[in-house]
Amino acid sequence: MALDPSFVGRTYPPTDPYEVGREKIREFAEAIGDTNPAYTDTEAAKALGHLDVIAPPTFVFAITFKAAGTVVRDPQLGLDYNRVVHGDQKFAYTRPVRAGDRLTVTSTIEAVKTMAGNDIIDIRGDVHDEAGEHVVTAFTKLVARAAKEG
Amino acid sequence: MSAKISYDDVEVGTELPAQSFPVTRATLVQYAGASGDFNPIHWNEKFAKEVGLPDVIAHGMFTMAEAIRVVTDWTGDPGAVAEYGVRFTKPVIVPNDDNGALIEVSGKVAAKLDDDARTVRVDLTATSAGQKVLGMSRAVVRLA
Repeated sequence: MALDPSFVGRTYPPTDPYEVGREKIREFAEAIGDTNPAYTDTEAAKALGHLDVIAPPTFVFAITFKAAGTVVRDPQLGLDYNRVVHGDQKFAYTRPVRAGDRLTVTSTIEAVKTMAGNDIIDIRGDVHDEAGEHVVTAFTKLVARAAKEG
Repeated sequence: MSAKISYDDVEVGTELPAQSFPVTRATLVQYAGASGDFNPIHWNEKFAKEVGLPDVIAHGMFTMAEAIRVVTDWTGDPGAVAEYGVRFTKPVIVPNDDNGALIEVSGKVAAKLDDDARTVRVDLTATSAGQKVLGMSRAVVRLA
């Protein structure tokens, strides 16, 4: 089923704040095997000019993807979520995510199209901190593969 | 922000130290917990095969997280990354043994973007089992 192009430009309300915990950052850094002290040692992070430990660059995806999930599960959109695969991912950072941040995500549908039976949707997630300052924007392309005939 | 690499010391074509990142089933379970992505294609072989995959595959976001380490280890400061994007072209297939798979990543400076902002574009290449697993893998980095 082709997606309705009138969804392009639709913006969803900001998510409830996600509070970034230093132990969650540590857990993520350990899971990717990254021992950079900026992720776990406040003094090392400060020596680099940060206010507190920072998160690895892709950490924020867990937050933006959850927000994007609200979009792709929008019953009006009609995307077959069981067939969704991740196509592209991009981040544009104003500053790194850090421990103590309370982040909200505002998701916008940037493009929808259907190619060879695959539904493709581009979702932008703008992430702001508690002061309303921009932290990072995540650009997520999801592809719902065509259902097999018969 | 304080990257340990100086913009002035870098030329187009400068190669970043290449790295190899191992990934086993245990790694994927740990990453699932840390990231909150519990899709069974990343830990359940039966499920993965039922949906047409050859075996359990690594999270695309795990591969993306490993690839940028070539950049963040080079700069020292992960906060020096201003932009980072990838295309997920092929899955990293992770067999159920002690060895798992290896993600091999190299990178080089493709362009010097802005002399005032001291930014460069780094193009990354990530392969596993001889297959390119990321496409259009690029980062914009602020250097010292």
